[in-house]
Amino acid sequence: MADHVADTREAPEQGVSVAQVSMTVNGTARRTTVESRKTLADTLREDFGFTGTHLGCEHGVCGACTVLVDGAAVRSCLMFAVQADGADVVTVEGLTPPGGGLSAVQQAFREEHGLQCGFCTPGFVVSVTAYLRDNPAPSDAELRAALSGNLCRCTGYQGIVAAARRAARELAEEQQ
Amino acid sequence: MSGTEATGAASPVMAAGRYIGQSVRRREDPRLLTGRGRYVDDIVVPGVLHAAFVRSTVAHGELRGVDAEAARALPGVVAVLTAADLNPGLRPTWQTMMGPQAPAAPFRPLADTDVRYVGDPIALVVAENRYIAEDAAELVAADIEPLEPVLDTGAALDGAASLVHPELGSNLAGEIPAAASPALDAAFGDAAHVVTETFYQHRYVCVPMETRGLVAQWDPASEQLTVWAATQGPHEFRAICARILGLPEARIRVIMGDVGGGFGQKMFPMREDIAVVLAARRLGRPVKWIEDRNENLLSGGHAREEQMTVAVATDDAGHFTGVRAEQVENVGAYPFPGNGSTAGAGCLIFPGPYRIPALSYGATAVYTTTCGRCAYRGPWMMETVAREQMVDVVARHLGIDPLELRRRNVISQAELPFTTATGMVYDTVSPADTLEQAAALIGYDAFRKEQEAAREQGRLLGIGLALYIEPSQSFGPLGTEGATVRLEPDGRVALIMGTASHGQSLETTMAQVVAENLGCDLADVTFMQGDTAFVPYGAGTGGSRSAVVSAGAARGAAVGLRERIVALAAAVLEVAPGDLEVADSAVAVRGDPASAIPFAKLAALAYFEHATLPAGAPATLEVSERFKAPPFTFSNACHAATVEVDPVTGQVSILRYVVSEDCGVMINPMVVEGQIAGGVVQGIGGVLYEHMVYDADGNPLTSTLLDYLLPTAAEAPVIEYGHVETASRLPGGAKGMGEGGAIASPPALANAINDALAPLGIHLASQPMSPSAIVTALMAREHARDDAG
Repeated sequence: MADHVADTREAPEQGVSVAQVSMTVNGTARRTTVESRKTLADTLREDFGFTGTHLGCEHGVCGACTVLVDGAAVRSCLMFAVQADGADVVTVEGLTPPGGGLSAVQQAFREEHGLQCGFCTPGFVVSVTAYLRDNPAPSDAELRAALSGNLCRCTGYQGIVAAARRAARELAEEQQ
Repeated sequence: MSGTEATGAASPVMAAGRYIGQSVRRREDPRLLTGRGRYVDDIVVPGVLHAAFVRSTVAHGELRGVDAEAARALPGVVAVLTAADLNPGLRPTWQTMMGPQAPAAPFRPLADTDVRYVGDPIALVVAENRYIAEDAAELVAADIEPLEPVLDTGAALDGAASLVHPELGSNLAGEIPAAASPALDAAFGDAAHVVTETFYQHRYVCVPMETRGLVAQWDPASEQLTVWAATQGPHEFRAICARILGLPEARIRVIMGDVGGGFGQKMFPMREDIAVVLAARRLGRPVKWIEDRNENLLSGGHAREEQMTVAVATDDAGHFTGVRAEQVENVGAYPFPGNGSTAGAGCLIFPGPYRIPALSYGATAVYTTTCGRCAYRGPWMMETVAREQMVDVVARHLGIDPLELRRRNVISQAELPFTTATGMVYDTVSPADTLEQAAALIGYDAFRKEQEAAREQGRLLGIGLALYIEPSQSFGPLGTEGATVRLEPDGRVALIMGTASHGQSLETTMAQVVAENLGCDLADVTFMQGDTAFVPYGAGTGGSRSAVVSAGAARGAAVGLRERIVALAAAVLEVAPGDLEVADSAVAVRGDPASAIPFAKLAALAYFEHATLPAGAPATLEVSERFKAPPFTFSNACHAATVEVDPVTGQVSILRYVVSEDCGVMINPMVVEGQIAGGVVQGIGGVLYEHMVYDADGNPLTSTLLDYLLPTAAEAPVIEYGHVETASRLPGGAKGMGEGGAIASPPALANAINDALAPLGIHLASQPMSPSAIVTALMAREHARDDAG
C-alpha cells in the first residue's frame, strides 16, 4: 500500500475531497473515484457491486462487513476506501473455489446449520477463513474468543462454532 | 447429547419419510454463504434517492418549529420534508390482526406539534446519496421546548402526569380488568399457603442483524406503488399502505428478498416506512431508506419492560388451587401493533403446563415517552417468565424441591384432553414427559449432590427449570395461509407461497413437505415467496405458525396436485387411479416399475399434446390451497440450566443448558434445533447482558452495540436437545415452535441463578441479572448481616 498515494483533490462545488483509488478486489483490478470519506464497505458495495459485504452496525462491533485487506480480516465500515488504495481486497464473493461451489468454511457452515437469515454470515465466513489460516488448530476457548468479534442474532452460535470446528478439521485433513 | 422418544397418546407418530423428519441441508445456504443473497440494501433502482431522518433529541417537548433552510441549500439535497408535507390527508390505518377498532396510539408519520420520545422522527431529508442526506439532517434545527418526560408506569397514571398523547386524554393504553371469581376467592380463602411475589422484566430489544429498510417507488402515470422492503409480511405492508393511501391493494406491489432477521420487529410497517413511501409518492422518484444501527436501537421498536405480581394459593401438598396475576406493561409512545399490549394473549396462556383450577389475570398497559413496543419473539412471554419463577418461589416457601413441585402440578398425558381455566384445550401436549426428559438429560439428582458438595466449599451452583406451552397463533387473520403447487412443462415443480421466511428455513422445509406429499424429488421443487404480485395472500411469518399453517397449505396443494397427476396417468395407462403409486417424480402401476411414466412426460402430454389424451384427462396441473388451521396448536418444552455464580464478581457462568422439546412431527430436526438455539441465546442475552437503558430524563443510554450488549460465541453455552414427538391432530402432525426458545430461557436461567444464591438468602425478582445486580444484592446482604451483628 505504501507506494500508492491516493490522488486526492478538492471538489470545489461541494467542498468535499474526492480521490481516485485502485485496488484488486477478488483478483480483479478495480478503479473508482470516491469521496475521501467514503468507507471501504460502501465502495465495495456501491462502486464495485460486491453486496455480500453487509453493514450491520457501521460502528465496528458486529463484524458483518469483515473483508480481507492484504490478507488481514478488517471491518470495512471502519476503513476508508482511500486507505485501501493499492491493496488486495477479498470479499466473501472471492472465497469460493475457482470452479464454483463452496469453500471448506462455507461448506462447513452449511453442514452445521451455521446460518439462518444469512445477514451476518459473510462476516463470519471471512473471519473464520482468516482465523483458521493463521490458527489451524485452535482450542475451544481460543475459537470462541476469535468468533466473539462477530455477532449473530439467529443461531445462538451453536452451528457457527460447530462449523468453525468442522472447517478446521477438514482444512487440516486437506493439508495432509 | 440428545434423546428422542415418541409418545403415541393422540395419534401414531408418522414414521420419518423420505424427506419429512430428515435434517435436509438448507437450499438458502449456497447463495447466502457466497454473498449472493439479495437484501433490501442490495436493491438498485435507477434514479433512487436516499433518505435520512431528523429525530428528536428530547423525550418530550413542544415542537415549535423546524428550520430546514440550511439543509435544503446543501448541494445534492432534493427535499427536506416535515409533518406539514407528509402528514395531512392520510386515511385511517390499522394492523389487520388488530382490526380497525382496537385501541392504538395515534398514527402520524412525522412529529408535528410535539415530540414524544428520543428518536421521534421530525423531518425526512432526501438527497442524491446517503452521505449528503446525513450531512443535511445535521443541518436541520428543531426548536423544541422540553416538557416533563413520562417514564414510570406508576407515575404515568397519576392524574398530575403530563400526557404522552394529549389527544387520548390519558396515558392508559389498555386495560384488562381481573374478573371477579367466587371460586378463586374460595381457593384463596381455603388455601393452606398463599405466596405472593412481583417479577420485573427490563426493556430489551429484537436487534435483527439487518436493520429496517425499504425502497419505495411511485409511478404517477399508472398510480402504482412498488416497495422493496425488509419485512416479515409483504401483504401486511401492502394492506397498510393501501389503507393510508386509499389505493386498491392490487395497485401496490411489495417485494421482499432476503431479509436479515426480524424477531417481530418487521411484522408491521412503522412510521418511518410510511414516511418514506409518502416521500416517494410526493417526489415522484424512488426513495431508499436503510436504518442505521443507532436509529434501530433508538426507534426500531423496543420490547419486554413489564412487571407481574403473582399470588398463588396451594393446598398442604403444594397443589396449586388458585392464581391471581396482575401485569403492568410499559408500551412506550408509538407501539406496533395496536397499543402494544400483549396481555390479550398472555391472559389466555398463563396456566401453561399446570393444573390451575381458578385464575384471574388483570393487566394495565401504559404509554410513556420512550420508544414504542414492537413484537419480539413470544411477545406475551411474561406469563411464562413470571409463572415459572413463581413455581420456584412457591417451592422454596413450601420447602419442596422445584422439580417435585412441578411434578405435582404438571398436566399428565392421562388427563388429556385438558381444558385450562382460561378455556384453552390441550389434546396433544406432553409437559410431564418433557419435564422428565430434561431432568434426566441434565442429571438433576446428580447435580443436587454436586451442588451440595460445592456449597460446602463456598461455591454457588444452581439449577433452574422452566416449562411452557407454546401456542401456534392461528386465530382471525392469522388462521389461513396459501400455497400454489404447479407442475411446470419440464416436469419439475413450482411452489409459490404466501410465507415471508426471513431465516426460518421455509425455502427448505416447505419444499420437503411438498416433495414428500407429491412424491417428487426434492431437487425438483423450486420455492418462491415474497412478491405480492404473484404469491397467495399471507399473514406474515411470525407467531410460530409456519409449521402448522403454511406447511398445511403446502401439504394440501401437493396432495391435490398429486391427485391430478395420478388422474392424468390413470387416463394414459388406462388403469384405475387406485392402482397407481407415485415415487421419484414418476407414476407407475403398483408392482410394475416398468410402467412408470415420469412427471416430465406427463407434463409434456398435458401442456403440449393434450389433444392426444383421452377425454376427461385433467389439463390443469396446478393446485392452490388455503389451509385453515385451528386457532391454537400447542407445542411444549422444558428448559433446564445449571449455573455457577461467582460470589465476588457476580458473574454467572452457564454450566449446561438442556431443552426437551415436543413440537410434534419435526419436518427438519436440524431446523428445529436451530430455532431453539437462537431463541435460547436471545433469552440468555436478555437475562444477563442486554438492557435498553433510559436515564431519568428519558435519554437512551445504550444506543450503540458497544453499550447494548448482545451475547457472542464466547458467552453462548452448548445447548443439548431432547425431543418428544407427540403428533398434533393436523395433517402432517406438526406444531409451531419458533418462539419458545426465547420464552422459557429467561425463567430457566433466573431460577438457576436464584437457586445458586438461595443459601445466602438472596432472591432476585428483577432482570437483568447482571454482575452488578448480583454484586449489589450480595453487598446488601453483607450490610444487613453487619447491621444485625
